Amino acid sequence: MSQPPGAHRPVPAPQSLTTQAVARRSTPVAASATDLTKVYGQGETRVTALDSVSVEFGRGRFTAIMGPSGSGKSTLMHCMAGLDTISSGTARIGDVELSSLRDKQLTRLRRDKVGFIFQAFNLLPTLTAAENITLPMDIAGRKPDREWLNRVIDTVGLSQRLSHRPSQLSGGQQQRVAVARALASRPEIIFADEPTGNLDSQSGAEVLGFLRSSVLELGQTVVMVTHDPVAASYANDVIFLADGRIVDSLHQPTADAVLDRMRDLSAAPDRRADLAPDGCSS
Amino acid sequence: MFRTALRNVLAHKARLLMTVLAVTLGVAFVAGTLVFTSTVSAAYQNSSHKSFDEVDVAIRGGDPRTRTRTTPKLTRELMDRVARVPGVQSVTGVVSGFTAVAGKNGDLVGQGWTTQGANYVATGGARDARYPLKDGRAPHGPGEVVLDAKTAERAGYRVGESVRLSVDGPVRTPRLVGIFTTDSGEVAAGGTLALFDTPTAQQLFGMPGEFSEIDVKAAPGTSQTALAAAVGKVLPKELRTTTGRSLADSQAVMAESRTTSLQTTLLTFAGIALFVAIFLIANTFTMLVAQRTKELALLRAVGATRRQVTRSVLIEAFLVGLAAAVAGLVGGIGIGAAMRPLTSSFGNGGQTLPEGPLAITPAAVITSLVVGIGITMLAAWLPGRRAAKIPPVAAMSSVHAVATPRSLVVRNAFGALITAAGGIGVLGASGSTLDDGQMPMALSGAVLMTGVLVLTPLLSRPFIAAAAPLLRAFGVCGKLARENALRNPRRTAATASALTIGLTLITALTVVGVSSERSIDQKATAALSADYVVRMATYDPLSGTVEKRLGKVDGVSAVSPLRAAPARIAGRDTFVSGIDASTIRSLLRPQFTTGSLAGFGGRGIIVAKDTAQERGWHTGTTVPVTYPDGTQGELTVSGIFQRNDLLRGIVLDTRTLDPHVQTATAEQVLVKTEGGPSDTVKRNIAKALGDSPAVLVQSKQDVSDSIARSMTMMLNILYGLLAMAVLVAVLGVINTLAMSVAERAPEIGMLRAIGLDRDGAKRMVRLESLAISLFGGVLGIGLGVFLGWAGTRLLASDMPGFELVVPWGRLALFLTLSAMVGMLAALWPARRAARLNLLNAIKAE
Repeated sequence: MSQPPGAHRPVPAPQSLTTQAVARRSTPVAASATDLTKVYGQGETRVTALDSVSVEFGRGRFTAIMGPSGSGKSTLMHCMAGLDTISSGTARIGDVELSSLRDKQLTRLRRDKVGFIFQAFNLLPTLTAAENITLPMDIAGRKPDREWLNRVIDTVGLSQRLSHRPSQLSGGQQQRVAVARALASRPEIIFADEPTGNLDSQSGAEVLGFLRSSVLELGQTVVMVTHDPVAASYANDVIFLADGRIVDSLHQPTADAVLDRMRDLSAAPDRRADLAPDGCSS
Repeated sequence: MFRTALRNVLAHKARLLMTVLAVTLGVAFVAGTLVFTSTVSAAYQNSSHKSFDEVDVAIRGGDPRTRTRTTPKLTRELMDRVARVPGVQSVTGVVSGFTAVAGKNGDLVGQGWTTQGANYVATGGARDARYPLKDGRAPHGPGEVVLDAKTAERAGYRVGESVRLSVDGPVRTPRLVGIFTTDSGEVAAGGTLALFDTPTAQQLFGMPGEFSEIDVKAAPGTSQTALAAAVGKVLPKELRTTTGRSLADSQAVMAESRTTSLQTTLLTFAGIALFVAIFLIANTFTMLVAQRTKELALLRAVGATRRQVTRSVLIEAFLVGLAAAVAGLVGGIGIGAAMRPLTSSFGNGGQTLPEGPLAITPAAVITSLVVGIGITMLAAWLPGRRAAKIPPVAAMSSVHAVATPRSLVVRNAFGALITAAGGIGVLGASGSTLDDGQMPMALSGAVLMTGVLVLTPLLSRPFIAAAAPLLRAFGVCGKLARENALRNPRRTAATASALTIGLTLITALTVVGVSSERSIDQKATAALSADYVVRMATYDPLSGTVEKRLGKVDGVSAVSPLRAAPARIAGRDTFVSGIDASTIRSLLRPQFTTGSLAGFGGRGIIVAKDTAQERGWHTGTTVPVTYPDGTQGELTVSGIFQRNDLLRGIVLDTRTLDPHVQTATAEQVLVKTEGGPSDTVKRNIAKALGDSPAVLVQSKQDVSDSIARSMTMMLNILYGLLAMAVLVAVLGVINTLAMSVAERAPEIGMLRAIGLDRDGAKRMVRLESLAISLFGGVLGIGLGVFLGWAGTRLLASDMPGFELVVPWGRLALFLTLSAMVGMLAALWPARRAARLNLLNAIKAE
């Protein structure tokens, strides 16, 4: 595996994270959350999955969200991507405040501003690779930008496989199609949920490489949920969640540094003793 | 295994809902039919036995119209002779015949054949024990009548009022002097019974001094058979005796056969609905097995044999079938109970059914359960076998075991062969005669349909490809719908097939029905130049006075009766027709193949072509005749014509025939008017007969209308009966779509995530449903038109001039109906697709 860029940096204190985020407000922000809280259930079964989380994802950056099972990392992604409702606080994509949108507007926002990459690839088996890639534009009834599309396809190296159906592609190729699909409509931000979870390490490395180059070369914004320190090491920044709170962050991480940090987090299991899994399992 | 199966059934309750519903509907149809018909039949039996309580032995004479001159008459003298036989307690002479009773509004009460009139026997002031009077007194003289209580109530007559009734055409208005009750099965079945005193009845029914039946009551201690034998000895040898019991039995058998044919018809359609349900059940179990591949493989891995796996699927099917059959049985009993008051309320005060307890026979219960469970297990058998073929290693494989679609090559080859065989068979059969071709046609039709059903997966691809431009109009939703419909050709085909079956039958019946209507109409009216045809509503003969009265009506220029009389011609007993040779030219224009009307009249007769061919007669052939009164003579064939509805067989001049006939009655009276049909003339004709309720005065247009009406009614009944099959097909489409939506939840979730809105998700499911339904519909309509065409060709061999009429309007309606089926069936699955929790759907891995 190639050595990811970025060096180990001193750990900022958890409290200072918000300050740091606020301090970065001058740079353009692709998505942000302020005091984002998500509560599931009621009474006895009440679970706070996200507890007043504030975070900003800068434009043109690759951010990884990490945390143990049940830490709320997938919930954070779902809420910020407009897939799940939030209990209180705000979530924005660009300037748009999500909780003010109705389902139809939210769907349109996801279609036009957000790209998704799933762990299970989630391609349509009946469509060819090319058709899968242009699906978001087809749904919107828009013509794809040919030049951009070709660049995306070249970047993920799929030009020879465009007429294949997903069943004729390997797992890595399928996920590359999914990456291309997420990039094709030039979204404001791409959310990737464990994109390498179903892949062998080589295919995973490829996909992560494409995600990084889409940030570096194509100027996209990527937010990735993962539990794999190696995957996280491809990102510009890593934030760590535990018990529904952001507890830590790393800039230009290495796999080792991430692993160390994760070990520290797991060493304090009592903090999440009463937290039920919220479905963010990997 | 049983526990596993039970758990599985309970776990898949929602998925099995449509299956259970489809089987329930089919079984309810079967159970409802069985309960209803056995209830009716039991009630009929009961009432026919009661109505013969007073009769131990019956002596019957012939019908005055058909019996020959030599048949002995049932006279009072004969009655007295019977009365003196030892063992006879009493003798009753019965006179009966058709009597129509009109309600106060002038409409006929009751249904044709069971509206009867008879004599009230009041010997020496005593009352007639057969007809206990509830109100009033016995009838005396020609101006009085008594009615049964049901009829009086339905018609709204009270004692003292005058009743409008008719025996042979002209109206009569005797005074109602009494109301009686009766157990007569015919009255119970919706008939009417009017009683006169004996001389009046004898006069009315055309047998002065005679009886149509002599009923003998045995003295205590004398058995019916002994009495029959004793009475038989004093009778002329041409007369036979029948015991009361066998009369009751034969009436019961008649009632039974009537309900049996109803039962057969209803069960046929229930069978079609159940056949359609098989496709739905098979689809469901195929899907359940596919979903549980891993689970079943695990069972195999831990040591279950193939047989056990198959059996576990069959046990599931058994449980599903049992639940559905029990629900269907309960529903069916409800239908059976509800149908009686329902049928009574149909028609203008018409059919009522005898009263009796609801008959739930063990046979009905067992049949319903066996049918429900049997059908379900039968349909689940193939999926069960497929389940057994899952290798144990499938349990270990982490890859989602996507069943590789088995090749359709064998199936297609097989289907093509069957289709070809069926198609050739249908073509061959359509070219032969009606008698020879009927069975081969039905068989090849079934074979052809089977072949097409086998081929549907193959046909689905080009059809849906052809619909692509249409679907493309709906953008990406249309494209996804098309791909989804093509994804599992077997499932799409099975779903569409269910609809195909119903629509094939509906279309074929419609084509044949509409074509028949046209040709029956032509046959009935083409040869007719008369302006009006007058006949009894019941096809009973009209009195001879009718033609005389009509001849005197203002504006009528020519009249002729159409008589029917028995005669012996060239050594064979037959019925001959009589028509007035002096007016026939203005009333009928038969098409002659040889000869003409020129020689008709006197000894000259005309003969229908089929009769002439059968007898080997030609124009100029002379044949010996023995008239009904025994006189002999000779007749000469002067022309041979193409038979039609009014004129057939051997036709004589009425002036030749009438002198030899005891009572000259007419089947129909043809009337030509001076100025053509008009409301005034029609009113005058009706008035000349006293606006009789029993008489129909029909113009050519009325005849056409009534043919069209009865054809429409028949088609509507058939549509109603086939509606159940279509309903099951709709459930099938719902089932398939719901299954597909559940299976594709992750895909739909992804689509929703990347920006497909709820409406888009709905539209995608709707369009898939539409594609499947239209496929089934187009296939069914096409097949139906072909079979309908073949059917009309076959019928044409028997009816010259029979032409195919393609009812384009109706076909378009059926196509719209299939589209509506698609839209309707998609309602719930589309809603589910739109409401899908997209987080759950994405996380479902």
